[in-house]
Amino acid sequence: MAQERKAAIVGIHEYPLRVAPGVSGMNIKVDSIRAALDDAGLAWSDIDAIYDAQDGEAGGGLQTAAYLGLRPTVIDTTQVGGSSYEFQAAHAMRDIAAGKCNVAVLSYGSTSASNRVAIGTGGRQQAAPNWQQNMELPYGATLIANYAMVKQRHMHEYGTTDEQLAGISVATRHHAMRNPDAVKAMMDLQFVGVNEITTEDVLDSRVVADPLHLLECCMISDGGGAVIIASADVARDCRKAPVWLIGGGEATKYRENGGDITTSAGAQSGPIAFSEAGVTPDEVEIAMIYDSFTITVAVCLEDLGFCAKGEVGEYVAGGRLAFDSGEGPALNTDGGGLSSNHPGMRGIFLLLEAARQLRGESTSQVPDARLAVAHGNGGLLGGTHTGGTVILAKD
Amino acid sequence: MAKRPQPRFPEPHTEPFWEGAQAGELRYQRCVDDGCGEVVFYPRQHCPACGSNELEWFVSKGEGTVYTFSVVRQNRMPGFIDLGAYSVAYIDLDEGFRMMSSVVGVDNPTKDIAIGQRVRVTFEKQETGEYPIPVFRPI
Repeated sequence: MAQERKAAIVGIHEYPLRVAPGVSGMNIKVDSIRAALDDAGLAWSDIDAIYDAQDGEAGGGLQTAAYLGLRPTVIDTTQVGGSSYEFQAAHAMRDIAAGKCNVAVLSYGSTSASNRVAIGTGGRQQAAPNWQQNMELPYGATLIANYAMVKQRHMHEYGTTDEQLAGISVATRHHAMRNPDAVKAMMDLQFVGVNEITTEDVLDSRVVADPLHLLECCMISDGGGAVIIASADVARDCRKAPVWLIGGGEATKYRENGGDITTSAGAQSGPIAFSEAGVTPDEVEIAMIYDSFTITVAVCLEDLGFCAKGEVGEYVAGGRLAFDSGEGPALNTDGGGLSSNHPGMRGIFLLLEAARQLRGESTSQVPDARLAVAHGNGGLLGGTHTGGTVILAKD
Repeated sequence: MAKRPQPRFPEPHTEPFWEGAQAGELRYQRCVDDGCGEVVFYPRQHCPACGSNELEWFVSKGEGTVYTFSVVRQNRMPGFIDLGAYSVAYIDLDEGFRMMSSVVGVDNPTKDIAIGQRVRVTFEKQETGEYPIPVFRPI
């Protein structure tokens, strides 16, 4: 397929705080949208499309435009968990190419840390009885345990080791220590040891749910951000060089009788996105992959085609994921969900850091990075989940 | 006695499953529409393979294999806070369905459970209510 450049990220903002007491999710969204518009050199009234993951308080498809004071011609409320923003970016690409809108905004605001939301270790009983809760709640399967079951099976089936996967945590922390906002995040969230970590540190950290250790798990923070995506015409007059969206893919996967838990929705969304972009994984310098846990990155690297299924242990063990390894791809160069920012739906930060890399603005910059992939995984990797893949290119 | 959360009703999909648990039966569905035969689990109204509503209930022999598992060390849910380390697992039953459950009755869940282990269902009585919860023990 011939590559097209019809839509680009022209404005970005990542809300700097990861602990923001007294601030609401909607406050974070608005502050981020204003800052992202300023980054692009666009005005509030230029926005004609809203993509909203129904986050924040009393927002969503019905209320967000009213709250913001906008009259969009496109309202997209795709909510598929943490990958919502990759889905939305792909939809914005499609809507802009179809001429339905010119300036799209994606935003996120969450106060999960200040509200003490136990995303990984808690249980949430819903008000009305439903089939899923009736079959699962009696077993006390936490979110972390769900992902841990994928790691357990991956280790069993392919001989993947704790030591190998720890390389993902080590590379990510290496990047976080270069990012002042990530360092402040870890300080504010009272991490034990805000410093570079080793494989041994990861293996010595306590087990939260076998076989996942604490340093293989993402943080729970406050935070948010905004992305402005514009048509080629608008992008030409913006303040910064456009970061082109050249491919998008979306998919879902769920547990099936006899199914393979070590393969994610990324195995479907990845090839669709790469095909649309007309590029291959070995050309990609920046891999922004949703790191809820080490195993999420591992499975998605395989499914996107960076290495074959079952070979990710060897692939990541040599330290290639560090931005300065000389090998690449550079993984989560902002410090990731493991060590920089994870308020619950990390997908937007994947787009933000990919854009920073392709503009030359990252704190762990890969020299002259030209091609990035942002891959979000939403829901439960070992249960029902979604995969959203977006390919981005430097101007 | 265990304090696991109870299923709640009315909930039309899962009610026959839990009536089965009260009768000491591990029930699952199969599509009986012409030529389909799909094994269906979790309980549903329709067959996810062909879309038919022609499902019938069957009783499993209750034996299967551990497909994968985790041992939870930290959980703030009521009923689990006091349990200590406990397992959650996906069990592949011999009739061809995969269910979430727990492997119990081992000395140390972090050491005594393995992928591929053969297990058999047991219905664990609960002080939280009238429905026993199907869990599995190594054979």
